[in-house]
Amino acid sequence: MGMQTFLGIDYPTLWFLIVGGLFSGYAILDGFDLGAGAWHLFFPDDRSRRIALNAVGPVWDGNEVWLVIGGGALFAGFPEAYATLFSAMYIPFILFLGFLIFRAVSIEFRGKEDMKWWRNTWDACYGISSAMLALLLGIVLGNVLMGISMNEEFVFTGQWLEFLNPYALAVGLTTLALFMVHGAIYLTMKTEGKLFEKVVRLLRRAILFFVLTFLLVTVISIFYFPHLTDRFISNPVLFIVPVLAFLSIANVPRLASKGKYLWSFIFSALSISFLLILVAIELYPIILLDRGDGQNSMSIYNAASSEKALGIMLTITAIGFPLVLAYTIFVYRTFRGKVKLDEMSY
Amino acid sequence: MDVEILSRLQFAFTIAFHYIYPPLSIGLGLVMVVMEFLYLRTGDKMYETLTRFWTRIFALTFGIGVATGIVMEFEFGTNWARYSRYVGDVFGSALAAEGIFAFALESGFLGILLFGWNRVKPRVHFIATIGVFLGSMFSAVWIVVANSWQQTPAGYHIVGEGLQARAEITDFWAMVFNPSAVDRVLHVWIGAFLAGAFLVISVHAFYLLKDRYVELSRRALKIGLVVATLAAVAQLVTGHQSADGVAENQPAKLAAFEGHFEAEAPGDLYLIGWVNKETQEVKGIKLPGGLSFLVHWNFHEPVAGLNAFPEDERPGAVNAIFQFYHIMVAIGLLLIAITLFGTIQWWRGKVFNHRWYLWILVGSVVLPQISNQFGWYSAEMGRQPWVVYNHLRTADALSEAVNADQVIFSLIFFFIIYLLLLVLFLYLLTRKIRKGPFDESDIDNRLKLKDIALQFDADKS
Repeated sequence: MGMQTFLGIDYPTLWFLIVGGLFSGYAILDGFDLGAGAWHLFFPDDRSRRIALNAVGPVWDGNEVWLVIGGGALFAGFPEAYATLFSAMYIPFILFLGFLIFRAVSIEFRGKEDMKWWRNTWDACYGISSAMLALLLGIVLGNVLMGISMNEEFVFTGQWLEFLNPYALAVGLTTLALFMVHGAIYLTMKTEGKLFEKVVRLLRRAILFFVLTFLLVTVISIFYFPHLTDRFISNPVLFIVPVLAFLSIANVPRLASKGKYLWSFIFSALSISFLLILVAIELYPIILLDRGDGQNSMSIYNAASSEKALGIMLTITAIGFPLVLAYTIFVYRTFRGKVKLDEMSY
Repeated sequence: MDVEILSRLQFAFTIAFHYIYPPLSIGLGLVMVVMEFLYLRTGDKMYETLTRFWTRIFALTFGIGVATGIVMEFEFGTNWARYSRYVGDVFGSALAAEGIFAFALESGFLGILLFGWNRVKPRVHFIATIGVFLGSMFSAVWIVVANSWQQTPAGYHIVGEGLQARAEITDFWAMVFNPSAVDRVLHVWIGAFLAGAFLVISVHAFYLLKDRYVELSRRALKIGLVVATLAAVAQLVTGHQSADGVAENQPAKLAAFEGHFEAEAPGDLYLIGWVNKETQEVKGIKLPGGLSFLVHWNFHEPVAGLNAFPEDERPGAVNAIFQFYHIMVAIGLLLIAITLFGTIQWWRGKVFNHRWYLWILVGSVVLPQISNQFGWYSAEMGRQPWVVYNHLRTADALSEAVNADQVIFSLIFFFIIYLLLLVLFLYLLTRKIRKGPFDESDIDNRLKLKDIALQFDADKS
């Protein structure tokens, strides 16, 4: 019995692409508000902090819905991978959840009282939890790239502090740096005057920080984790993806220095996507790599739900997606028209 | 303590906390739809003010619902890996449907609901309110369908053996309409309507007692009372339907509800009681044969008792299940009494004259919360020792890789964070109630951003 396909792509691969697309959407959207939050403590006074916070105020919780849907899609499509990854990365995921809530609490509490100590406390909580969230996402990604120790039944066999290792930390810092670049560009679009100038200065530093950490990760990957690069060596056409990633990253400071912040933001969003595509190429069709000799690696075909289930879910997606698209456009259009009116009223 | 107890404690704690908020959102959503409909219908500005006020409180319950909901989703993977492997193929479809039909709908229209008052036409805003309300209703559907599948599995087959066994879906609609799904979805929806309606009733009864916003509060109280009365009476029907389903599909759970031990004997119905599991006796006030009557319409027909099942297939905490179930039922009946009394007094034109009754309404906000919580406790504890009824034991559903130290850490961590979250919720809720329906200060962030920026630049230059 052959596998069912859609447009020549088998269902597990299709679902792999859907999950990847959702994660990419999440990273781009929550990436900028986590990044903006990570800068929070770099702003000296209460007013600039308020502006920075309000810049993400109306959007941050909507961005987190992508996490709910992305996580759900992974659970639904690849329950084995979901179970193994989440139980292996127990501590990072629990911390992630905690900081997620802690951050939301800080955002809500901060503005409710005027005392200086009150605001400083919640500012610190907000800044630190934003940075920690980016770092933890990166640490999990680093472990996925390295592989996870597991047996032939895909049960995690490693130590529970194994997630904390130099390579995962380096990927964590790279993710933090990338989000901080992304967040700083977002803030350039939302700020004016002195604060704007400050953000532009911070953006330059963030880009430097990112380039350094990214180089570090690349070097470690090439020397210590050849499985991450051998696919590119055996199939040089794939080099187009890292090249595109590099070009779009290089475009970020170029456009920013010309004052084209919206384009710069679009390119930093593209960079995040390209980097995740890079990860997907390095792994596919593996979804969870075995850290040992690679014998127990879990492929998307081992991890996937049955074809029947994937077929149902693809049908649901095919019915639901146009609906979501239709009312998203409706919402966007009704808002767009009226926002202009508001701007005229100033 | 072992990993199983700790993980169950953690899941129970996090989901009980979560379950305070989504029912409030669903119930407030319904009340908001009614209020805004009346505004469009009558053009009475008071209904608009009311809708706006309750939208602000809705935003709070919705936000905490989302934040604590992510925790539930992650815990399937972190603490219940075997369970995730086992049910993933079946739950996948329900989760996909929930994500795309419910969450996307809710969050899509939430922006217009919260920030769109001055930006869109009233009718468009009303569509957004309905969209958010329907989204929250749908998300209840899919998650309750998934839970009902655990109670009464259908539309699946088992693949693999022993620890490798897992359920795979064979029939989507049979899974969705599994034997307990419809009754339980209705029961949960109506429980949520009660939670929301009683919050509205409580707050406006309080305003009336304090002589604040009197005209506004009279209107709101009437809306709340209509919703609550209909819901309280309807809940009696769905409750009975659900219990009938339990009798048919999960007889061991029904036996635990009433502390009925004897394998083949007519079952009694207790008003109140105390179960001694060792002596298999229940002390209390009972209607002899009442359980038999409710199940078979006959006081003498036998009902399967706990002893009819092997010892390792019976729920353990019989007295706790009995108490939770009975308190839920008692509160359900009490809510009918409270709401019917109010409706009759309203009809006689006296509902706002009885201060003692208004005080009861203020306090009764906790009643639907308690019965919603206790109803779930009895449903979930009554399913034990199974996590998927007759297929997967809770003890076998854990994460193989997680040890007790990790769960102790996360349990304490969640406890601290949720304590903070509860303080935040109560602080913001009382603050919004204190400021009253005419406070618009926290409605529009966009406006403030521009103001702050201008102020900032003026100061610096």
